[in-house]
Amino acid sequence: MRELALNILDIAENSLSAGAKRIEISVAADYAKDWLTIRIQDDGCGMDEEMLARVSDPFTTTRTTRKVGMGIPLFKFSAESAGGKFSIRSEKGKGTCTQAEYQISHVDRMPLGDFGGVILQLVTMNPGVEFYVQATDGTNTGILDTREVREILGSEISLSAAEVRMFLKEYIQENLVDIFGGRI
Amino acid sequence: MKSLEELRALREKMKSQTDNRSVAGADETVIKVGMATCGIAAGARPVLEALLDEADKRKLHNVSISQTGCIGMCRLEPIVEVFKGGQKYTYIHMTPEKARKVMNDHVVNGNPCKEYLIGEN
Repeated sequence: MRELALNILDIAENSLSAGAKRIEISVAADYAKDWLTIRIQDDGCGMDEEMLARVSDPFTTTRTTRKVGMGIPLFKFSAESAGGKFSIRSEKGKGTCTQAEYQISHVDRMPLGDFGGVILQLVTMNPGVEFYVQATDGTNTGILDTREVREILGSEISLSAAEVRMFLKEYIQENLVDIFGGRI
Repeated sequence: MKSLEELRALREKMKSQTDNRSVAGADETVIKVGMATCGIAAGARPVLEALLDEADKRKLHNVSISQTGCIGMCRLEPIVEVFKGGQKYTYIHMTPEKARKVMNDHVVNGNPCKEYLIGEN
């Protein structure tokens, strides 16, 4: 994984397989403090304490085909190798919140990458799930709330319709450029 | 900056068009892209984007493209599964270029790209 956006996609996929109906993703940059915070919060099935304690171990996984699971360890590594922190909180039946923090100027901090593309993919490929995405640099803030989009579109037009996808693609990209302008 | 207001206009436009998307039936092609850690790390996202882009460009209405979890052969990722004509074709080590070729040769013209199939490698 060479982009933070791909880590976000991976963690969000975990949320989806946990049966989440609403996923909140937030990317917040604070240039004055040289700090970047990424948070993925879901209302999926969550984990018990015993699983939570083991989840950062690459030899822990829920799948049955093999004994390794690299998603969370890779996300954790991305933060800790960039002078940052990683934390994961979860409650069985309530959901999970994963947070990674980075020192923006750290030489080993991965670039954010194609965050807009990842969000577009999540939003348009998962029609039954609500997403609330927030990107901010302290001054400019952009929010994409799929409930808002669905309200406008009504029930007969799907978020995955080609025309809607095209619109959302440009909408997300333009707003992201205004907020981050390629700085992270 | 684009605003969601433009989406309202788009909705009106889309409502007035006759929707020929719903005619897809038995001849529907289903495409699945593995999108677990292994797939993502191997580059499944650009592959998925290429597939969606080709489907948009060609206005393919009887093709459904979706993502799935780990298919179980992580070392062969990115994997694309094509379900067409009652058969399953598993394409491995995909790239955006190969994905476009599969879209063109297999999905549109019905000739599977044998050289990318799992049995050939």
